[in-house]
Amino acid sequence: MSVVLPYLLSGISVGGQYALIAIGYTMVYGILRLINFAHGDVFMVAGVMMVYLSASLPLYVSMPLMLILTVIIGFAIERAAYKPLRSAPRMSIMISAIGVSYLLQNLAAYITGGLAQQYPTVPGISASVNIGPATTKVVTLVTPFLVIALVFALVMLINHTKIGMAMRAVSKDYDTAQLMGIRINAVISATFVIGSFLAAVGSVLYFTNYTAVTYTSGAMPGLKAFVAAVFGGIGSIPGAVIGAFIIGISENIVKGLEAMLGMAGINLNIGLATFSDAVTFALLIIILVVKPTGLFGEKATEKV
Amino acid sequence: MKSYKRVLALMLAMAMMVCVFAACGSDAASAPAASSAEAAASGDAAAAPAAAGDKVVKIGVYEPASGDNGAGGKQETLGMQYANQETPTVEIGGETYSVQLEIVDNQSSTDKGPSAAQQLVSAGVSVVLGSYGSGVSIAASDVFKNGGVPAIGVTCTNPQVTEGNDHYFRICFLDPFQGTVLANYASAELGAKKAYCLSKLGDDYSAGLCNYFKEAFTGLGGEVVEESFPEGNSDFTSYITNAKSQGCEVFFAPVSTEAAANIIEQASAQGLGMPMLAGDTWDSNVITGAAQGKDVEIIVTTFYQEGGNAAFDEGFKAYLNSDSTAMTNNGGNDMVAAVSAMGYDAYYVALEALKAAGSTDAAAVQAALPGVTYTGVSGAIAFNETGDAIRDTAYVKKANTETGAWDFVAEQKVG
Repeated sequence: MSVVLPYLLSGISVGGQYALIAIGYTMVYGILRLINFAHGDVFMVAGVMMVYLSASLPLYVSMPLMLILTVIIGFAIERAAYKPLRSAPRMSIMISAIGVSYLLQNLAAYITGGLAQQYPTVPGISASVNIGPATTKVVTLVTPFLVIALVFALVMLINHTKIGMAMRAVSKDYDTAQLMGIRINAVISATFVIGSFLAAVGSVLYFTNYTAVTYTSGAMPGLKAFVAAVFGGIGSIPGAVIGAFIIGISENIVKGLEAMLGMAGINLNIGLATFSDAVTFALLIIILVVKPTGLFGEKATEKV
Repeated sequence: MKSYKRVLALMLAMAMMVCVFAACGSDAASAPAASSAEAAASGDAAAAPAAAGDKVVKIGVYEPASGDNGAGGKQETLGMQYANQETPTVEIGGETYSVQLEIVDNQSSTDKGPSAAQQLVSAGVSVVLGSYGSGVSIAASDVFKNGGVPAIGVTCTNPQVTEGNDHYFRICFLDPFQGTVLANYASAELGAKKAYCLSKLGDDYSAGLCNYFKEAFTGLGGEVVEESFPEGNSDFTSYITNAKSQGCEVFFAPVSTEAAANIIEQASAQGLGMPMLAGDTWDSNVITGAAQGKDVEIIVTTFYQEGGNAAFDEGFKAYLNSDSTAMTNNGGNDMVAAVSAMGYDAYYVALEALKAAGSTDAAAVQAALPGVTYTGVSGAIAFNETGDAIRDTAYVKKANTETGAWDFVAEQKVG
């Protein structure tokens, strides 16, 4: 156990951070049937904004400000790039999403000059802590609990409030919901607001651990979170969270597998750590072959 | 409603066109504008010949300004820009030419580098300087070869850059040498028996240097654990755990500064408990900035030690302090990076080659280059038959985690 523990901790922590991004993907898909490719970059922009805001403002101002600005950006993206295409073929909206993704990346490259920026230290969660044989940051321990709390609140919101009921109705049948008097634009905006907020929280946790923020740092976490959402069955929130934890843990276990086996007396020496991403994505393929809709996916097949 | 939409679409389309043209315009206009501003700054003497004869010789700068190696590439370019400001003209065949730097960004990417290199060839440069990072240099080598333009590698240390070709030269030491110096240091000074080597998948520089380190270190009776991480990875916690759990005594990670900043942060948080060793890329204020106030021990080998040439240090610092853009490109402080000193020397080597060629013709410059010798701030430079500089000295430095500066440790020679 003491051997596996550090890898598990890393996996749970990074998995929780993927989960917060994955929820944004899965909710937007559930409601609009759209893969929002710009979501990973919203996460990156949240990180970049935090770097610049905290340079001139104290943390208790810059952090809420960053959360609010990220939410506004998510909202604005939906209004500017997706809403005018509401009646267009789905493919057009997806192309628009890819366009927004590149716009955000290039904007960030322009502002940061293409160089890595150091994420500010967040007091409390940046400190080191010992758990048995493993040393890690407090944020690693905070992440899973925060994720579970946020997901619980989100599920409550969706199941027990008026806006939540509207969301469920829209995701079931878009046109009928509109006919029943649901203000569809408000519901979609709410979805983007929630998704962006969770991505912003995720960015604080993620960049506290991995402190170099660049204009491409949204790409890989975004991709992994998207994979996690598909893994869990896109459209399902618990599915996305569980999928994210599985991906986070499996990639870290694969990175450490050779070292662990080495200590047990089995010397592989094949450089397995190099293939951590490959093994993770191979796992995805296997799951999808066995269960095409993902772990908790809807039954109906949908072409994207 | 419909016509309103149409007007909007038209306006958007026009705005895009304007952007495209503006981009083209600024590309073409910015370089001459910069050089004329520099000419004006350096007084009438320099401005006069440029105005009278318009004799211009172009030197290409093939460096990354963004991506993994953006920080280092910018510092290397700064050295050249400073040298260009200091000596903006050159005497070629009895005539005075003003030197114009054609700067392109290879984005630290082996697939985008060749098109940036093509841009230089099309611009009609006489010689190319760069790049920081061996991978992009190797990727662009054929473009320069086909374009008939010689190139001078500044800090690309992988042997493959100059091997088997006549057009690529280099003014720095090579990885087999650097790997041996590092392995000797790890074994003799740090007393390590087992080393952990981390490289980036598909990166010629880190993989090559890890390999030479491994060869030398196992030759000294040590043991090596080798691992690599994929592109876009920023989670190094498990690699650090691997190094710790396998009982390694030194952590060798000659990777890009961007990955390094993450590694240092996570190593400190996890209590790595062993010295970290790296090559010339880590000699950067990005590293000292990341290490400041952290519980880490970082040792690097490099080309130049601040204080090696007082006149250069002083002049370069004054240049940084007088130009806010230059200061930002240097990472926000006026620490002299070894790569800046190398960039400075590379510029003067190029001028020597132009003088020796007696012409701005790229083929003549290539023919003249093997015979060029120059004593720069980083030491004497002369080329051997593969086109590599003959160097036998590396400087060992250690990051001071309190002051955020480099402390000089030793000068290492391998006979």
